[in-house]
Amino acid sequence: MNSADPRAKRTLVLIPVFNESRSLPGLVGAIRALQPDLDVVVVDDGSGDGSGRIARDLGCLVFSHAFNLGDGAARQTGFLYALREGYDYVVHLDGDCQHSPAEIPRLLGELWTGEADLVVGSRFLGACAYRLPLAKKIGMRIFSLICSGVTRRKITDPTSGFRGLNRRALLAFTEGYYPQHFPDADVIISAYFQGLKIREVPVTMSASQSRDLHRGMTIIYYIYKMLLSSFVCSLRMRYPTAEAANDRAL
Amino acid sequence: MPFKQKIIAVLMALGLLFFIIEVVRRRKLREEYAWLWIMVGAIVLLLSLWENLLNALSRLIGIQLPANTVFYFGLMFMIFINLHFSVKISLLTNQVKRLTQELALAKKK
Repeated sequence: MNSADPRAKRTLVLIPVFNESRSLPGLVGAIRALQPDLDVVVVDDGSGDGSGRIARDLGCLVFSHAFNLGDGAARQTGFLYALREGYDYVVHLDGDCQHSPAEIPRLLGELWTGEADLVVGSRFLGACAYRLPLAKKIGMRIFSLICSGVTRRKITDPTSGFRGLNRRALLAFTEGYYPQHFPDADVIISAYFQGLKIREVPVTMSASQSRDLHRGMTIIYYIYKMLLSSFVCSLRMRYPTAEAANDRAL
Repeated sequence: MPFKQKIIAVLMALGLLFFIIEVVRRRKLREEYAWLWIMVGAIVLLLSLWENLLNALSRLIGIQLPANTVFYFGLMFMIFINLHFSVKISLLTNQVKRLTQELALAKKK
């Protein structure tokens, strides 16, 4: 990424956080060091550990939800800010240091060249630097198959939270549907039916430094929610035409 | 239906209707939710006054005991009204979500 690229000025890095006070300083520091031209925004989704205050102390612009809404809602708050402030590109990454800021340019490359409206960083195209439990691996594979089947292109990592969006995708995800919790495969399916161009790029994912969201009963709810939501998104069978996306972008 | 039962049923229905109107008057129940309950009160009143209606309805749908017709429709009503509330709660949840997001954006720090 050329640091003098004028498109960097129109690009926002979004970090939705919920109780990430331990990992946040390192993550923000790494983004600043590696991508000094990009603006960074933190959406604190009702953290109880002072994540918002820590992010402010680090000099980030912080938006705080009065209470915990969900990871999808936190991202959407960032999308709304980006749209209203005139940003053309957003890259969001999880606050638990799973995603490497050094790989932000890979996602931006696809967005800036107009190759994609929605870019998904895939650990299965790149590298997964930690051991995934078998059950999780099977679950991810199933959702990958569903997602690939519906969108008729290979989607290897629909659960990845390392994604990039352009303005067209931002509009689609703020005016239209964006799930409040677990915005994963259903977002990709919904994007496909709205005529957005989707690309995956290889990234390296490390082990999360936080407690896993998908554990215990949550995993059962996650599977149910994702199956129903993906199914309903597929029912809104609008053909993916460029016109539909253009209308939306206007 | 014995006369005594009829009187009790009519009084219950009138009591229900009075209570619904009263909570609407006190602005504790919004008009858009009141109509469902007014309808229930009116149906209970109608069935208590017009006994043959329940018998005819039971014959029509093949229920032998008229009391079961009341239970059946009562249960169906409860299912539908709960579904209606679930839809309303979903709407309110979406609205609370958007308000919380807007509040966060307005309190830019």
